[in-house]
Amino acid sequence: MTKILIDESSNETLEKGVSLWKDAYRRLLNNKMAMAGASLLLLELLVAMLTPWIAPYPFELQNLENALAEPSMLHFFGTDNLGRDVFTRVLYGGRISMMVGLLASLVSVGVGVLYGAAAGFFGGRTDNLMMRVVDIMYAIPFLFLVIILMVFFGRNFILLFIALGLTQWLTMARIVRGQVMTLKQKEFIQAARVMGVAPVKILMRHLIPNSLGPVIVYLTLTIPTVILEEAFLSFLGLGVQPPMASWGTLIAEGVEVMEIAWWNLIAPAIFLSLTLFSLNFLGDGLRDALDPKGAKD
Amino acid sequence: MSLNYILKRLAVMIPVFLMVVTLVFFMIRFAPGGPFDSEKAVSPEIMRNLLAKYHMDAPLWKQYLRYLNDLAHFDLGPSFKYANRTVNELIGESFPVSIELGMLSLAWALVIGILAGALAALRPNTLWDYIPMSFSILGICLPTFVIGPGLALAFGLWYDWLPVAGWSSWQHKVLPSLTLGLAYSAFISRLTRGGLIEILNQDFIRTARAKGLSETTVMVKHAFRGGLLPVVSYLGPALAGIITGALVTETIFNIPGLGRFFIQSAVNRDYTVVMGTSLLYFGLIFVSNFFVDILYAWLDPRVRYD
Repeated sequence: MTKILIDESSNETLEKGVSLWKDAYRRLLNNKMAMAGASLLLLELLVAMLTPWIAPYPFELQNLENALAEPSMLHFFGTDNLGRDVFTRVLYGGRISMMVGLLASLVSVGVGVLYGAAAGFFGGRTDNLMMRVVDIMYAIPFLFLVIILMVFFGRNFILLFIALGLTQWLTMARIVRGQVMTLKQKEFIQAARVMGVAPVKILMRHLIPNSLGPVIVYLTLTIPTVILEEAFLSFLGLGVQPPMASWGTLIAEGVEVMEIAWWNLIAPAIFLSLTLFSLNFLGDGLRDALDPKGAKD
Repeated sequence: MSLNYILKRLAVMIPVFLMVVTLVFFMIRFAPGGPFDSEKAVSPEIMRNLLAKYHMDAPLWKQYLRYLNDLAHFDLGPSFKYANRTVNELIGESFPVSIELGMLSLAWALVIGILAGALAALRPNTLWDYIPMSFSILGICLPTFVIGPGLALAFGLWYDWLPVAGWSSWQHKVLPSLTLGLAYSAFISRLTRGGLIEILNQDFIRTARAKGLSETTVMVKHAFRGGLLPVVSYLGPALAGIITGALVTETIFNIPGLGRFFIQSAVNRDYTVVMGTSLLYFGLIFVSNFFVDILYAWLDPRVRYD
């Protein structure tokens, strides 16, 4: 049954009227951890969008007389060493972390999909050469290159997410190439060819859209990786720069004062961890839903 | 055949390494802001002398060839910030500390990971399986810079059992190495569990049991060799991750190792030190991947590369 569903993935619906997407959706709904993750992420996304209205204090408001205050009804997570409200900072930090995660992942998807699709589509020697390059690049520790880049070319935001995105496209390219290679043999592509549709159009209109399933799964797993890398760089002081703050920066600031005010460390750490958990669970759930062959039962 | 494989791997590795060297060299040279840009204005003559002393007045291609030549002799040049010190000396001071940290972390990762994974694989779908596997999900999702401060807070500050900064006695070494090792032990335990469960279901294990071998012999001599293959292939990425993770761990626990030194030099724009250190890192990662591949080919008789 599952085998049929996969083979027919190019069609919108089967005769029985259960499309691949509907079926995947049903499986996803049954996965409690994935749904919990998805709800938490939706909530976080909502909060991130509404932050300027939800946050109890302005982001930059300092109150040195009330520095390192304990959590209270006035300050849910206490205050930091400049008397800024930690709750507010965690909310704003989340916005930055999630934005970097999303933008960088989109960069990686863009590059990976185009590269992989081109390799799979042209095939033959071009494909061989292009995938050889990918194999070789797997050996390069890109995070070090990003560190060097950030250090010597200024720590600006755009460079940060582009560089992070460029560290993550290799696996995406492999996945898309595999998809395109299989799809290329299908009848509807041959039909399009016979009808004289231009190769670029076949690629853009038929091959890429039909390989989106695995791309979405891998995207959900790329986002936490990138958020983690951004936090890693920011923790070392090489990522997001003040006055902006991400969860990584906040954790680094929290470490400095943890002996006297542990809540400065715990609050951003919990938010970051919960987000990473949710994304990982959702990604695993999506993978199991869209690829029932590989699912554990 | 095996030698052929080794040579082929080397033939790919060396050009890639050269490529990375070139990339890093030009990235650093084209970056805005030189190593001698400081708050104090320096007169043009002094600046010229400084540049001449470090051969930075030569054309770029000459500098590049010179650097490659020095590199071939394992000479990473002088430091720009610390007068009269060579990069080799500076790395020589901090690198042993990092190696010790890395080895201890790898030991934690392997011991905890394989024990937990084997425990789970022997009694699948019982509490012996669920408890270690839940912890491993925690370990996979939580980054080092959350685990590290968390451990420091709990065992260093609230319970005051272990010191949280420095690198002198063995007590100093527990928390940092554990921090760095835990994340990898989590992944290793999953790989061990998966690998062992697959192997234990195979016919040759049933044969071994049927001919009356003791359970220990079955596990150690027959199951582990095949079951631990996924762990071996993960060693390469794990080593690379431990090397990168050391940057954070050394910062958190104030350890005078290569990672902290690398970050400091990066912030100081000490060109030659940053180049030298990152090349050492690249080299380490390349070499560890290389040895892991060979180890894998040796352990798994099914793998024959040509």
